[in-house]
Parts: sequence; C-alpha cells; structure tokens
Amino acid sequence: MNFDRLFYRKLLLLIPLLLLAACMTTHDRLLDMDTSQVQLRSIQSRAFDTTDKEKTMRAIIATLQDLGFMLDRADYTLGVVAASKGRGDSMQMQVPATLRITVTVRPRGEKQLMVRANAEYQRGPVTDPKPYQNFFNSLGKAMFLEAHQVD
Amino acid sequence: MNRHRRICTILLSGLLFLAGCAAVTPEADLTLTPEMLAQRQLQTRRFETTDEQKILKTCAALLQDTGFNIDESETKLGILTASKERDATDAAQWAVFIVGAFLGVTIPPDKDQIMKAFVTTRHVGESGRQVAVRVVFERVVFDTEHRLKKIEALNDPKIYQSFFEKLSKALFLEAHEL
Repeated sequence: MNFDRLFYRKLLLLIPLLLLAACMTTHDRLLDMDTSQVQLRSIQSRAFDTTDKEKTMRAIIATLQDLGFMLDRADYTLGVVAASKGRGDSMQMQVPATLRITVTVRPRGEKQLMVRANAEYQRGPVTDPKPYQNFFNSLGKAMFLEAHQVD
Repeated sequence: MNRHRRICTILLSGLLFLAGCAAVTPEADLTLTPEMLAQRQLQTRRFETTDEQKILKTCAALLQDTGFNIDESETKLGILTASKERDATDAAQWAVFIVGAFLGVTIPPDKDQIMKAFVTTRHVGESGRQVAVRVVFERVVFDTEHRLKKIEALNDPKIYQSFFEKLSKALFLEAHEL
C-alpha cells in the first residue's frame, strides 16, 4: 500500500517535468547568430571593381569547380550560386564530410560589385576568417581583380 | 589470451584515431592547389565554335543518352548539373561481408550510388571563337543499411576521354544533321 502511494507521488512529479520538456525546443537556431552580425558580414564579403555581373558569376562558378565543388543551385537574376563539396570513405576510416557554400553577387555603388560567401561545415556555420580569405584569393585570381576588404 | 587482448586494444585505438580524420575541411578545401589545376586540364576540352548554347544543349542531350537526369541549369551562366541513381553492389564486398559475419564482424556492403555530373561552358580564345567545356563527375555510395559510406570524385582519365569523344561525335552529327 505504502509502495503504491510512493509510486503515484513519483508519477505526479514526472508529469510537470514532461510538460516542461515539451516546452524546450531547438528551433531557436533558425535565426541564430553566433558572432556579431556586422563582424561576420565583413569576414564574408569582398568588393570587386567591376559591374559585369555575368563575368563575376561565371568566375565564382569556375573557382568553385576548380576547388572540387559540385553545383547545387545557380540563379543569374538573383545572383546566387550554391555549391557543396563532400568527400570521405568510411572503409578508409575517413568520416564523410560536406562543406557547403552559398555565394551572392549584388551591386555596390555605381562601379563595384559586392560578393558575399557563407559556408557551412558539419551542421555548423564557418565563422573563421581564414577559409573566406582563401576563397576570395582564389576568386580574385580567376577574375584578374583584387578583392577589396569592406567595412 | 592477455597478449591477444592487448593487440586488440592497440588496433582499436589506432582505428579510433584514424576515424577522427575528415576528408574535407574549411581550412584546406577553399585553397587552390596545383593538383586541382591539373584536374582542370584533364576535365576540359575546347571546341571550335562560337555557339555556347548549342554546346550546352548537346551536353544535356548526351547526359540524357547516358541515363542522367538534369537537376539544374542556367544557360546564361553556362552550367548544367545532372545525376543518376544506380546499383553499386560489388561481389567482392559481399564475400567479405559473409566471411565477416561468420567471425562476428559486420561490414555492410555497398548497395546504391548516386552519380553526379557538373558541366560548365565558357568562351575562350581570341575574341571568344572557341568554347571550353569542363565536366566533373563524382559519386555518393550508400551501404545496405542506407548509410552514407563514400563520397568520391571520379578521376579516371578514361571517363573524361570517353565523355568528350561522345560529345565531339554528337556535335559533328548535329552540325551535319545526319
């Protein structure tokens, strides 16, 4: 009898816990920003001294192809290119990993184009400046233009 | 018995150490290397024409002929991507799987694969009188438990030679309307 009462009391305690757990979600990651937004934007953006959108987008695609990426999406009107690179062989003890990147092109003033790249790696954003620097260096070479840092 | 166990431990820790390696990292994979440029040469051919659209159309037709489905295209940017799903069963892997099962080790064999193609075209040469075509192939392999097992670039020069031979033939046929 005593045991039964104890059991029910425990059960009663469990119900509010379950209710609380139901309130917890992970969807707050939908619009999350880890680093300050302005800082991240500056890491991910470069300005190029050209207004030729087609040539710039073609250079972005060629660079991504050189780097071994496969194209996922490209839209000239929106100025968007999305690509991903996955490699790995579990038989050779390599973890199959995928690096995804989205690059956008938009006008900046009268004489420049702004190129912004954002990368995602293993279910998280890439916030380290170095990979972006490498990408823009490669892109600059393909365009024969210098990539300008913008604030 | 004790020695056996020690060897097992050493082997296992070695495997765990290796398992930590990722084949792609943001640090290494956004930098151009000489190997990547060598790949570009292998995967590119030039054609004597000014009509970029015609080349792209022929590529689409050729990919369709070889069983691919078109995934994405943007003519203005000279791009085309296609993929196909095929069986990836390998008899040797099944043999290993069966032997392994007797010893109590399960290594699921390959079952399905998705093969992908990515084509780009661009004008090259003096005043753009030639069109360069570049194609890249890769495949994604899944095992019998539908787990992602392997993603690899297909780098065999024969694949690319064969693709461009077929493309030249198709372009010739189209030009002469045989």
